[in-house]
Amino acid sequence: MKRKIAIYFFSVICLSMAFSNGQNETVKNDDSKVKLNFWSWRTEDVRVYDSLIDIYESKNPGVEVTFTAYKNTEYNTILSAALKGGTGPDIIQLKPYGGLETFAKPGYLMPLDDKVPELSNFTETALGGVVSINDGKTYGIPYASQTLVIYYNKGMYKELGLEVPETWEEFKANLKTMKDAGYNGLANGGKDGWTLEVLQGVIGPNFYGANDYFSDITSGKTDFNDPRYQESFDKLLELREFMPKNFMGIGYTDMQMLFINEMAGHFIGGAWEAAYFAKENPVMEVGVFAGPVAKKGDTRYVSSFVDGSFGMSATTEHSKEATSFLRFMASTEAGQFLSDNLKMKSDVPGVAFTDPFLEELGTLNKNSTPYLTLVGFRYEQPTGSSLLQSALQGMMADSIDSKEVANQVQKGVETWYAPFKK
Amino acid sequence: MKKNLNQNLWIAFFTIPGLLIVISFIVIPLFMSMFNSMYSWESINRDQWIGFGNFIKIFTQYPYKDRFFNAIGNNVEWFVTTMLVQNLIGLLFGYLLYKRIHGFEIFQRIFFIPVLFSIVAVGFLWSLYLNPNMGIVNKLLTDMGLENLTKAWLGDEALATPSIIAVNMWRWIGFPTLVFYAGFNAVPEKVVEAAYLDGVGEWKLFWKVMFPLIIPSVTIITVLTLIGSLNVFEQVYTMAGLEGGPFYSTDTLGTLFYRTAFGGVDSGLPEIGIGSAISVVIYLLTFGISAVSIIGLGKKEVAL
Repeated sequence: MKRKIAIYFFSVICLSMAFSNGQNETVKNDDSKVKLNFWSWRTEDVRVYDSLIDIYESKNPGVEVTFTAYKNTEYNTILSAALKGGTGPDIIQLKPYGGLETFAKPGYLMPLDDKVPELSNFTETALGGVVSINDGKTYGIPYASQTLVIYYNKGMYKELGLEVPETWEEFKANLKTMKDAGYNGLANGGKDGWTLEVLQGVIGPNFYGANDYFSDITSGKTDFNDPRYQESFDKLLELREFMPKNFMGIGYTDMQMLFINEMAGHFIGGAWEAAYFAKENPVMEVGVFAGPVAKKGDTRYVSSFVDGSFGMSATTEHSKEATSFLRFMASTEAGQFLSDNLKMKSDVPGVAFTDPFLEELGTLNKNSTPYLTLVGFRYEQPTGSSLLQSALQGMMADSIDSKEVANQVQKGVETWYAPFKK
Repeated sequence: MKKNLNQNLWIAFFTIPGLLIVISFIVIPLFMSMFNSMYSWESINRDQWIGFGNFIKIFTQYPYKDRFFNAIGNNVEWFVTTMLVQNLIGLLFGYLLYKRIHGFEIFQRIFFIPVLFSIVAVGFLWSLYLNPNMGIVNKLLTDMGLENLTKAWLGDEALATPSIIAVNMWRWIGFPTLVFYAGFNAVPEKVVEAAYLDGVGEWKLFWKVMFPLIIPSVTIITVLTLIGSLNVFEQVYTMAGLEGGPFYSTDTLGTLFYRTAFGGVDSGLPEIGIGSAISVVIYLLTFGISAVSIIGLGKKEVAL
């Protein structure tokens, strides 16, 4: 008897657990509204997106948008599983370039070319991150772009009487002064390969010939074994002596820590760091400059890339409402809101940067070049990025030379990159 | 009769949930990955049947082949180092405990404590300890006046894998110790007494009497070390990252499989077909090698 009672209770508990979920939902839902699901990897920005959605909903009373953010590193896995299982969201935040291609090529995304007329106002660079190289159609509304820069500690520059450098020699002289004064010239290390790829993205373009080389390599006129590209690696080797001791053991968070605690004078990284630096050490004054050039007067390029976009699922049942929402996301109003609240360099036309840092990024971007390995070579495996990241680690530790780095990237990329096969 | 039926129902009641879990999370995925490894993939969609194409790619094409053999090499390094260092020390510790050395009750517990720690927590903490400029290891070396011995531990290609193996030994040494200790305790006391009466020395007693009698424990530890070394993942993932850096020096079959099948963080793309093929190879290796070693070492067992 006791057993039966126990089993009975057990099943009651199981059943109530199974149903409790459903009940909660029915309380929240209002059946008269069209519900759109919006997925993202920006767990940090949920509040900002929720208030942006409130603005949209107040203008479109018939639509209810639910924003859900998943952990960045798991986002792709969760999204792929959901799209394959037919339970994906209506609105999808998409990674750019190869990340977009992952979903665009198998047909999970809706082309937006004739749905969102606002797209024609976006710059070509911005659209580069949302157009599929497979069919040439546009699959997303780009929301922001990132710039790769050199941060410097303004206080330290003042203390040591330094000036913002223009040429490579001036930059190295500044690093040397810092080193002699007992600081680390650079916060950068080599434990996390991707920070080396970024380092190359900052320093490289002004030595390999920025946009000229980019158009040559993407058209197949040259390849990674081009001496221009190879020699740009040697510049990275010259920076080693200004990196912290045992720099191969310095990971990304150590780099941030060294710069925030004013133990290093420069941090070579992406524009996305600025907000974190300001939050962790609000007293420290930080400035940015572009990668130095070989000789005075040369055009000074920064690498930039589209950070991501908003797209639509090909199987959404509410394509009309989803289109209306995406058109709102492509409007200056939404772009301005996200730019002001998330401190990001919006790609939406007409957005004015009120923040001085964003304004400065805008100035640096007057001469911008695509972040080579990300923009051009992250479409298939092995990606140019993953090859370069590890090979650069080998080079910085003297296991291989710059020629071998170029060779390894070339050998890997040529297995899939069509322009190299001609 | 009725009682029998009742009993069978109860047995089913208790085994079915476990069986369901094993079938849905182990058996089905195993066959799914065998199935998936035979297809080419269009990003995340199964495309065409290509037979052993993915396997051929792993063994012959750059960069897959380089990564694969490099990873296997590191797995072998894990096995050899763990066998030679961890398990020998474990054997020694087990014997010392069996010999009731002074304070053995305290040591018995101390040795085993790290085994209970979460592998991820251990990996994370030790990567802080091994940090080149704020880690406790380099600090200690500096304070002891050995500053030239401070290293980039996890960032140095030659030292990264040995460092991670050392951390893993620190965590896991209690396990072989415990198994060997139990093995020594199971040796009948009269055998040991008889040996002493015959005037056998300590060294001879250990190698000629005790060791042959604990061969079953040695088999278990060897097979577990083999399986463990082939499946190394968490230690490398938490201390060196998914890319097996620096420059693939810590890459193992586990990280290579994960990175290939699901795509590295941000910079790599998923290749489910090739990832599945790697997982099938890991399965076959684990299965084959453990079968061979169980059979092979089983023959060496000595019966009293």
